[in-house]
Amino acid sequence: MNSADLQHLAEEEQQRQQQLNLRLFLCYSTPCLSAGADLVKVALDELIAGLDEKQRPDLDIVATGCMGPCSRGPLLRVVERNGSEKIFEKVTPESVREIIGSFLADRAPSVEPLPADFAFFSRQTLIALENNGWVDPEQIVHSIARGAYNSLAHVLHEMTSEQVCSEITRSGLRGRGGGGYPAGVKWELVRKAQAERKFVVANGDEGDPGAYMDRTIMESDPHRVLEGMAIAGYAVGAEQGYIYVRGEYPLAAARLAKAIKDAERHGLLGSRVLDSSFNFRVDLRVGAGAFVCGEETALMTSIMGRRGQPVPRPPYPAQSGLWGLPTLINNVETFASVAPIMRHGAEWFAGFGTEKSKGTKVFALCGEVVNSGLIEVQMGTSLRDIVFEIGGGLPDGGTFKAAQTGGPSGGCIPAQHLDTPVDYESLQALGSIMGSGGLIVMNETSCMPDVAKFFMDFCMDESCGKCVPCRVGTVEMYELLQRITNGSAMDEDLQTLEELCHVVQETSLCGLGMTAPNPVLNTLQYFRDEYLAHIRDNQCPAGVCRLDQIPLLKLPEHAEQLAIFKEEP
Amino acid sequence: MSVITLTINGELVSARSGQNLLEAIRDQGIKLPTLCYLDGLSTRGGCRLCLVDISGYPRLQTACTTTATEGMVVVTHNEKINRYRKMILELTFAERNHTCAVCVSNEHCELQTMAAELGMDHVRYDYLNPQLGIDISHEKYGVDHNRCILCLRCVRVCDEVEGAHTLDVRHRGINSRVITDLNRLWGESESCTECGKCVEVCPTGALFDKGMSVGEMKKKTNFLRRILDGREKNQWNR
Amino acid sequence: MNETLKKKRLATVWLGGCSGCHMSLLDIDEALIALVDRVDLVYGPLVDAKEYPEDVDICLVEGAVTNVENLELARHIRTNTRTVVSFGDCAVTGNVTSMRNRIPISDLLNAVYHEASAPIGVEALKVLPALLKKVIPLHQAIRVDLFLPGCPPGSERITAALNALLDETELDLQPHMRTFG
Repeated sequence: MNSADLQHLAEEEQQRQQQLNLRLFLCYSTPCLSAGADLVKVALDELIAGLDEKQRPDLDIVATGCMGPCSRGPLLRVVERNGSEKIFEKVTPESVREIIGSFLADRAPSVEPLPADFAFFSRQTLIALENNGWVDPEQIVHSIARGAYNSLAHVLHEMTSEQVCSEITRSGLRGRGGGGYPAGVKWELVRKAQAERKFVVANGDEGDPGAYMDRTIMESDPHRVLEGMAIAGYAVGAEQGYIYVRGEYPLAAARLAKAIKDAERHGLLGSRVLDSSFNFRVDLRVGAGAFVCGEETALMTSIMGRRGQPVPRPPYPAQSGLWGLPTLINNVETFASVAPIMRHGAEWFAGFGTEKSKGTKVFALCGEVVNSGLIEVQMGTSLRDIVFEIGGGLPDGGTFKAAQTGGPSGGCIPAQHLDTPVDYESLQALGSIMGSGGLIVMNETSCMPDVAKFFMDFCMDESCGKCVPCRVGTVEMYELLQRITNGSAMDEDLQTLEELCHVVQETSLCGLGMTAPNPVLNTLQYFRDEYLAHIRDNQCPAGVCRLDQIPLLKLPEHAEQLAIFKEEP
Repeated sequence: MSVITLTINGELVSARSGQNLLEAIRDQGIKLPTLCYLDGLSTRGGCRLCLVDISGYPRLQTACTTTATEGMVVVTHNEKINRYRKMILELTFAERNHTCAVCVSNEHCELQTMAAELGMDHVRYDYLNPQLGIDISHEKYGVDHNRCILCLRCVRVCDEVEGAHTLDVRHRGINSRVITDLNRLWGESESCTECGKCVEVCPTGALFDKGMSVGEMKKKTNFLRRILDGREKNQWNR
Repeated sequence: MNETLKKKRLATVWLGGCSGCHMSLLDIDEALIALVDRVDLVYGPLVDAKEYPEDVDICLVEGAVTNVENLELARHIRTNTRTVVSFGDCAVTGNVTSMRNRIPISDLLNAVYHEASAPIGVEALKVLPALLKKVIPLHQAIRVDLFLPGCPPGSERITAALNALLDETELDLQPHMRTFG
């Protein structure tokens, strides 16, 4: 396939779609599937099968990736030939019969669609997610009709590798996995590295609790990621790419596997991509369930078939990565932003966001919020807008207490900082991080020491065990938090905890250990009173902790409450 | 062999180009603590005791995994580093059941010596007291996981020098354990060549010769350099 | 001023340990004689005093904290003593005494009092104080001022430590003098 063929295929499919009377887009991603999208699909298929010969060819059902407002799933988008579009929430087999029936009979449906100005959609800026909910991720022509591989074709035939790297640099794109390292600098480093072979790796080992940005991108628009990787391969001089998918994401892995095969069959990956001299193979690697494999050096060790443990940096992957060769490793979302940048230009992308954080960021908005789901907003959007406009505020009259960002490496942003623009620097200044994009809203019933304990439990469980501070330090920090939340802590324990946090932060081998104390340090910064209430007043202000133990020193007055054992002879 | 110049603790010193920073520091007669590093084995950077401050680096770096380079400015000891080393050592002691008084390696143990040298005279953290087993199914050797600090010298020497790869690690984090073959008893291992290198490189009493009583297990690691140098010079080929 | 009034009040306490540290204290040979000139031994297994007195200058605590009685005594010591010394490995680390932490207490009591043919079996359970679920080193129960490791601490360590305490100087033990075990 060459560029003209690609263009032709896209136009052919666009024409086919334009002639359809009714296009039904059913969200077929994991959250909607768990809400019953598969049953809705069966009902839709039956409904279509029951139509007469005249109507049937005018109708198209597309099982798409994520549309966004997951708490309102399953979602159905109906697009008429005149372009008018309606989205229905929480559809059931019964309600779709009514909806489709009404459209076919040209009457208003008795089921209300979501309002056209629904803030959840209108306040977003879609770049990485622009195709989500519009294409069947298993149909490559759907993606091609929406411009997939066009940027790749342009890059391969019109641009040099230097130009591609400089475009990425000028766009201001930064790593979306959490680090925020300028992507252009990384690409440039790998491009300039002298080596016989180089590699491109996409990190899809997303593991933060509550986060599912990368999963959604891989499930909803796999070709977008592959195209980004291929462009990167061309830019840095790599002919081999790996996409590393978390073991818990079987659907993403299956869709990517199909996407890779389809792209190869169409000559969009593999040898002589789009009739150019550029070869690029992508292989899929599925993780085995270790969170630490999201850390780039551990991920690469895992790709090489070894025990998934990190190795000290430097050397950085750009100098010595897979098999000691220069390797470009970026997050899936970063790669998903590449094709639009090449299509519209660096200046267009840099037009979004703030001075230092350009473009958009995908967040998994969840917790105590009316509209939970997947969103993409411009960098610099305020937390208040995200929670109260897009998220629709807290349900049941709840009061906003904090928003947790960055998962187990991040922290909680309290209400007084709701107007903070969400970008890399601002979040860091607040003691949290942007992270990969998990955003958990908490109300007054969340106890902060308990939240910190939850994340420490996670880090303790996910520590790989290679270095002492993380392997043992996380357990000791967990024990101390356990004491604080069960009532047996003393003032000294808080000091010990803080000291431990600093030693683990500064001496651990990899990012997991370095950031494991963040949820503790950050909640101590904003909610120290809550810790002190547990320790000094034996009170849990949020009413979560039972506090039924006592410190060892309170003996002998409370001997019976102590952890003791007395056998009755 | 080219020579480079670097600054260690304020003094200009020379080192071989490409030399490991830990070795370069030790060549100056400076005592740099480590438990996982052993000359002749690959570097690991796991015990975190050889952390040093290198100008221009945002964080402390393990000297064992760093290559000495021209112009490097290194500080090996200061109040913060000493404090962190002590804390890391405390964590190491808290992790398993190190009862020096009844250990085969009492008075010949690198961990015990390290605690005394770093002035770690008590552990502030909760002892975790895990329930761990002892495997004495092997005819010659035994392993007591209560004393293991997961430095993985044994795993590395078995793989890199002996070439048997009998030893490896299972589980992760605090549950990591050194295992023989695919977690079979050592005595039933088919890959173990009974060379005993693992026992000699073990810094504590975790690996020991059977029949040893308290304080009797003395280890020698200098065999390693001899074997490796001999290999390099083809001394073992007829 | 009367010579005896200047003497420091020294106590020694035996918690969960084997008394080996006390043996080692008696083994400091002629230094004992010098010691007697400088201290009044006001409490401990070596003297006949039933109650831990008030206003003690130095207390050497041997053994780990294993039961409620130990814990209460430790608290009492802390309240009434200027300088508390963790004396020997059991007090400092838990040592052999804490090896029971890996065994369920009920198994332990069964093996020792029910099944073993000890001179006093089940009868002893009547007077056995409530055991802590975990044996802890002294500093986890009370604040400790000085740590003197060793199983038992050798006579040079003991002499050096006591001299420093009596002279009120900083104790600076060489690494080989502060090893565990």
